[in-house]
Amino acid sequence: MVRFLGILAGIVMVFVAAWSFGHGAYSFLTTPKERNVVKEFHEEPRDLHLASDGPFGKYDRQQLQRGFQVYKEVCSSCHSLRYVAFRNLEEIGYNEAEVKAIANQWQIDVPDIDPKTGEPKGRKAIPADHFPSPFANETAARQANNNALPPDLSLIAKAREGGASYVYSLLTGYRNPPGNLPAENRPGPNLHYNPWFANLNIAMPPPLKSDGQVGYKDGTKPTVDQMAKDVAAFLTWTAEPRLENRHRTGLAMLIFLLFTTVLGYLAYQNIWHGPTSRAVRRTGPLNPVNMAKRDAAAEEAGIPSA
Amino acid sequence: MSFSWAKAYEPKHPLMRWLDQRLPLPRLVYGAVGGGYPVPRNLNYWWNFGVLAGLALTIQIVTGIVLAMHYVASGDLAFQSVEHIMRDVNEGWLLRYVHANGASFFFIVTYIHIFRGIYFGSYKAPRELVWMLGLVILLLMMATAFMGYVLPWGQMSFWGAKVITGLFSAIPVVGTSVQQWLLGGYAPDQATLNRFFSLHYLLPFVIAGVVILHIWALHIPGSSNPTGVEVQSEQDTVPFHPFYTAKDGWFASLCITLFALVTFYAPNYLGHADNYIPANPLSTPAHIVPEWYFWPFYAILRAFTSDFLLPAKLWGVIAMFSAIILLFFLPWLDPSPVRSGNYRPTFKWFFWILVVDVIVLGFCGGRPAEEPWVMISQVATMYYFAHFLIVLPIISWTEKTLPLPSSITASVLHGEAAEAAPIDMSGQRPATAH
Repeated sequence: MVRFLGILAGIVMVFVAAWSFGHGAYSFLTTPKERNVVKEFHEEPRDLHLASDGPFGKYDRQQLQRGFQVYKEVCSSCHSLRYVAFRNLEEIGYNEAEVKAIANQWQIDVPDIDPKTGEPKGRKAIPADHFPSPFANETAARQANNNALPPDLSLIAKAREGGASYVYSLLTGYRNPPGNLPAENRPGPNLHYNPWFANLNIAMPPPLKSDGQVGYKDGTKPTVDQMAKDVAAFLTWTAEPRLENRHRTGLAMLIFLLFTTVLGYLAYQNIWHGPTSRAVRRTGPLNPVNMAKRDAAAEEAGIPSA
Repeated sequence: MSFSWAKAYEPKHPLMRWLDQRLPLPRLVYGAVGGGYPVPRNLNYWWNFGVLAGLALTIQIVTGIVLAMHYVASGDLAFQSVEHIMRDVNEGWLLRYVHANGASFFFIVTYIHIFRGIYFGSYKAPRELVWMLGLVILLLMMATAFMGYVLPWGQMSFWGAKVITGLFSAIPVVGTSVQQWLLGGYAPDQATLNRFFSLHYLLPFVIAGVVILHIWALHIPGSSNPTGVEVQSEQDTVPFHPFYTAKDGWFASLCITLFALVTFYAPNYLGHADNYIPANPLSTPAHIVPEWYFWPFYAILRAFTSDFLLPAKLWGVIAMFSAIILLFFLPWLDPSPVRSGNYRPTFKWFFWILVVDVIVLGFCGGRPAEEPWVMISQVATMYYFAHFLIVLPIISWTEKTLPLPSSITASVLHGEAAEAAPIDMSGQRPATAH
């Protein structure tokens, strides 16, 4: 009875699915293919190799400090970094005094209140503060940026497909729109063509305009490409500050687990094959085809099968 | 317990004897997963995945309880509190990555466990209830995983919650009210987050309860085995401990090694980049996709694109839910007396087609709803239902199965005993296999 009802239900489900398939296939074959301009012109992130890549990767602290300098002098005028605190900068090689100075000299005040009057009033940042946002709220941010919202950068390297490579490609990806780009996909007012951006036209003007825009103290040549790489590395760190710890712990865990696996395997072999064990080695079920042949042969030879 | 030769618990230490007379807890454990549970001697490695699923549940509960000490279920603070865990809680990143990837690990081992049951006919009498309780666990797992994915309150959390609860709005008449009742509002918001957190904390313990029933029901007939031939004598079994504890132990260690590889070196590989963007009801992500373990069902949901008597959306919802519900009827849809796929040549072919079919469905479910993926998932959906509802009932009736071994022991010994037998009275030796 269940089988009978099952077959009926099965026929219904297969028929309805086939009905959808028929309609879909018909319109797929008869409707002309729409041109997907964005897909056509969009580019995959360019290769970027960072010291933090791979299972043994560690951050290049010099590079992170350069990237921080780029963030401080270029990005921070529009982009917040709200999940990172000044104290975290000690992790990329600044000492306590330097962190204090960076916080104290930060160009944006931390919103606070006047302790006497209770009126809102900014104050200088301290190491325990998170990076203050350049805008008081979303409305203010949009108002200052032609109605576009500069995203928070703390997690940007994890929040975009391609991660750091995406950041690097985007920052160095501003181009003149190609001649064959249809008019409706050309950048409108206050938009800029960038084939690495999701819809090809980004509101952010090219932030890294010329070599030497940021003066590096460690002697690295501040080319646009180098600055983009450095800030991509910095944003990889802000997105995943515990990466080195993770790589280290992972290695220790794997060594430990390989050890227990081998030990466990030997114990298993010992128990299943030990002299006191009454079990024989389990070699799997007989191949039923061969078994059938064997039984047939046994029958032919007149021997009752086991 | 199931077999007369199952060893009874004999406390050795006076303290254990004292405890056993008052609260026979050690006796229960001994009979459940100790030397007192006789298990077929011929289990292969596919039988390790039940224990692995139990291990995954334990990992999820332990990491989840600690995460809940740091998480804040608030629309304004949830995302921030997850970042607090990732950055400022000691080893918080480890807890969160283990918990997030642990969900994937749990589903991988559970899906393998289910396919093992399908191939070796573990759902057949007398183990129908074991199978059905297992399906209840699967449904609970899906609900728990879905609600857990909402908690970080990222973009995919929010839009996933919106799409999945939106399925209920396809129900005629009461649909919209049901959706609003589930969400506690018109869209996912504070009320949704609070109730999902509450249920996400509750359901794992419900799962643990059903797992106990699942194991209890299993221990009545005892474990199935790769031949599908029932245990006949003590010779066919070995005690669970030490034989299968040793086998499960080393294999679990191997699987945790693979799990650690993903968790430590590609922790975000199975997630979505969009979920690192805080939830924003005003900005819809380009592609809303659930977690990978829902993709086969998501593909079935989206395969129904044309109205036929009922709206297409309702067909999709019906199909998605019946894709799991029909598995409850499997013991009666496939009444072939032969359990193991090893002895069912036709069934074996269709089984592997089903495996490929589900993988294809999963692949299509992760793609955007565009051609050719929709057409492929429509064909795959047709096969999915045809397999369980049409193919299985027919082949269980028409198939010519291969001869079964006379016992588990005979299958393990490969007939060596018979072959080594002395020449009989008529001067003949038993024939050997060609």
